[in-house]
Amino acid sequence: MTEQLIAKQDQASPRTLALAERLRTAIGAAKVLTDPSQLRTYECDGLEAFRVRPGVVVLAEERDDVVRTVKLCAEAGIPFVARGSGTGLSGGAVPVADGVLIVLTRLRRILDVDPDNARMTVEPGVINLAVSRAAAPNGQAYAPDPSSQQVCSIGGNVAENSGGAHCLKYGFTVNHVMGAEVVLPDGKVVHLGGSAPEHPGYDLLGAFVGSEGTLGVVTSVTVRLIKVPEAVQTMLVGFHSVADAAGTVSDIIAAGILPAAIEMMDALAIEAAEAAVQCNYPAGAAAVLVIELDGPGVEVAEQFDHVETLAQARNAFETRIAQDDEERALMWRGRKSAFAAVGRISPSYYVQDGVIPRTRLPEILADIDALAERADLRVANVFHAGDGNLHPLILFDDAVPGATQAAEELGFAILDLCIDAGGSITGEHGVGIEKKSKMASQFTAADLDTMQLVRCAFDPDGLANPGKVFPTPRLCGERPGVRTAGTAPDPTLGEVF
Amino acid sequence: MDLAGVAPAETLVPSTTDEVADILRDTTGTLMAVGSGTKVGWAAPPASCDLMLRMTGLDRVVDHQPGDLVVVAEAGVRLSALQKQLAQHNQMLALDPPEDGATLGGIVGANASGPRRLRFGTVRDLLIGVTVVLADGTTARSGGKVVKNVAGYDLGKLYTGAHGSLGVVVSTTWRLHPLPPARGAVVVRVADAAQAGRFEALLSRSTLTPTAVELRWDGAAGELVVLFESIAASVDAQSDAAIALLGTGERVDTPPPWFGERPRGGIVLRLAYVPHALPDVLTALPDGSSGTASACTGVAYVSVPSDTDLAALRTTIAPHDGSAVVVEAPDELRDRIDHWGPVPDSFGLMKRVKDQFDPGRRLSPGRLLGGL
Ligand SMILES: Cc1cc2nc3c(=O)[nH]c(=O)nc-3n(C[C@H](O)[C@H](O)[C@H](O)COP(=O)(O)OP(=O)(O)OC[C@H]3O[C@@H](n4cnc5c(N)ncnc54)[C@H](O)[C@@H]3O)c2cc1C
Repeated sequence: MTEQLIAKQDQASPRTLALAERLRTAIGAAKVLTDPSQLRTYECDGLEAFRVRPGVVVLAEERDDVVRTVKLCAEAGIPFVARGSGTGLSGGAVPVADGVLIVLTRLRRILDVDPDNARMTVEPGVINLAVSRAAAPNGQAYAPDPSSQQVCSIGGNVAENSGGAHCLKYGFTVNHVMGAEVVLPDGKVVHLGGSAPEHPGYDLLGAFVGSEGTLGVVTSVTVRLIKVPEAVQTMLVGFHSVADAAGTVSDIIAAGILPAAIEMMDALAIEAAEAAVQCNYPAGAAAVLVIELDGPGVEVAEQFDHVETLAQARNAFETRIAQDDEERALMWRGRKSAFAAVGRISPSYYVQDGVIPRTRLPEILADIDALAERADLRVANVFHAGDGNLHPLILFDDAVPGATQAAEELGFAILDLCIDAGGSITGEHGVGIEKKSKMASQFTAADLDTMQLVRCAFDPDGLANPGKVFPTPRLCGERPGVRTAGTAPDPTLGEVF
Repeated sequence: MDLAGVAPAETLVPSTTDEVADILRDTTGTLMAVGSGTKVGWAAPPASCDLMLRMTGLDRVVDHQPGDLVVVAEAGVRLSALQKQLAQHNQMLALDPPEDGATLGGIVGANASGPRRLRFGTVRDLLIGVTVVLADGTTARSGGKVVKNVAGYDLGKLYTGAHGSLGVVVSTTWRLHPLPPARGAVVVRVADAAQAGRFEALLSRSTLTPTAVELRWDGAAGELVVLFESIAASVDAQSDAAIALLGTGERVDTPPPWFGERPRGGIVLRLAYVPHALPDVLTALPDGSSGTASACTGVAYVSVPSDTDLAALRTTIAPHDGSAVVVEAPDELRDRIDHWGPVPDSFGLMKRVKDQFDPGRRLSPGRLLGGL
């Protein structure tokens, strides 16, 4: 956030404007925006601190619009950035100044629903929740459920490998995407994976998911659907201490129970949610857990009782059990609205995303408290407790000089705690632009160089979403560890078989 | 050890990551890393092999955190040994490929799995971190020690099923599961392919949560095992519900001996297809075929006669997004059989990945799809 990136120019360069003209001819003038006032809307994503005005915005309506746009960008050597719904929280969809932003929200057709094989194929702009809605009549659902599921796009989910509350049991986007059609940065269209499992050859799809738009643009996605479980039970438990809540989480896992979700909120987060959506969480709680179990009825019933007993043993002072879907929705409302809710109790806030080994929760939460106190800032904690994925919400007042920077520094200090604990700087929001400098703390230079070999294979000219994820881009053709030029792969080698 | 008919000029047995790195740095020839060698036949024979690395010397379980359900283990650790150690904490790595003595590195390289993939997925769903040594001796890690982690590209996916052609896997980090307290199965006779398909459909669309649905197929009829692993009450209730759903079946405490084993003899193929195509795939098999199918996942291992026209079989199952990969072939066929079948439209990209990771084509050359 300190390096506020605000594009200075009012107009794109002549080179980019010339590209815009070619784009208008190729895909239709109405889909190509260059008027600065129209471009404003696309300056940032969900992380509003980073803003860059793009040179050109393309509102793609079909796959061929994307193919033609990417081809023309490649010919001109002008970078492009894909954008879904723009809800990303790490600046992944922040445009490149004087580059092209390809907006995919109009590609929102559901292309194929195949209940017999539990598959669905959709365009990238389809909203996450729309997939589950389309699957529901067949008793099926799309498992990954980010809290932003009413607005975020499947293309964005694939790019970020998004998670959600129920990922504890069901896994992340990567575990549910079977195939993708991708426009490579040279404009060539390839199909990674498919509908069936075990496609022969390298699992390029696995490498692509979570690549944050740096390897190409997804133009269709085939997902695997799960069956809607027979039974779902949800409880809301109040504790007088965060340590007791965290201990309960560990006890549940140690008992061999795998809930669909275990979410935690601390007192400040509860206060915010209360102010925003009147979720009526247990009064005076230092922490609440939302615990959901799903599966066959008998299994859920027995394990649910077990979980309740474990919570009691950790001094839970109030346990509420949702009696119907409406009560369940209310329990979830407090949790799912928590990010935005924090806006009710603070002029500004900053969402961090880090992961720690779950067993270290109590200790790390205490450390976060201490850091916050030292920085004289408040931190509300809302997180996926089951898998140790923290979302500290750092509250600050951007009218106070230096407060923004202090919030950012606190966020990064929390990430250091995560790294030191053997965790990760991001569990689901991605590295984007925001955290690329932190990649060098989590990984060695050799690790990062090796990852970028993939980048070099997909995008040797570095045109797809440049400046994201990696702190220092590598020149393709270099060998790791050997930072001298001149070792580009022999182009004839590929033909030798 | 003979590598699918190719004899390595030299064999080394490193016992640390640094030793592996030194070997790769100090040598220039072609090289193949092998664990216990149980799945050497799963890929094409190497174009050449100057040096074989036996990875069984890297056999330490480095770190097991029971509370976090995570284990770090070197590539040469045998799955069976790891399971024994984990079982003391009532945990397991939820992978069940049957190959006796298989090492973790080999399982990753070959992307081996077993029946319980239905519930727990495969290597790509369970491997959360990996360390490899690249062709030039660089040691590089991706992923980490926490289940949820999206920092950087997930290269574990790329090394899975790559048969060591992108780098030598030296260490692996896994997500674990609790050992289920109870298990039980329902065994059902299957009269023909159409009935196998009906059972698959009924189970796939029901809310039952079996950990495996395995079909043994003798070419015309077979036997279906629906495995439940959970708390006792759930195993009980679900077993009864499965019998009611299928209209037939018998409860057993343990699955029959064929469960989870791979077929042997002739040409053994790993078939993959969309799950509901099961009956079509079964009827596409030539006379004299037999094998097992993980019925609700779309994967089967079948033995087909040695004179099978693989190209024709591949064409027949192609409409089901089908593929057929050779995992075992008679010696006399080994060098001329098409192991992998046709290349996809992403093959050019796969070649570029190989060129980036291994520009000198040192690592398991020729083992993969399209001669990669
Ligand atoms: C209130 C709120 C709650 C959230 N909760 C969660 C949560 O619970 N879990 C979670 O994981 N995330 C969460 N997020 C973050 C965000 O919603 C996800 O990262 C989401 O996947 C982004 O989707 P999008 O369509 O908005 O993508 P964008 O923000 O538009 O783009 C994100 C990245 O994807 C790339 N991209 C987009 N479309 C494509 C495409 N078709 N091809 C290639 N690359 C593409 C972009 O270049 C960018 O790098 C939350 C965000 C908000 C605002």
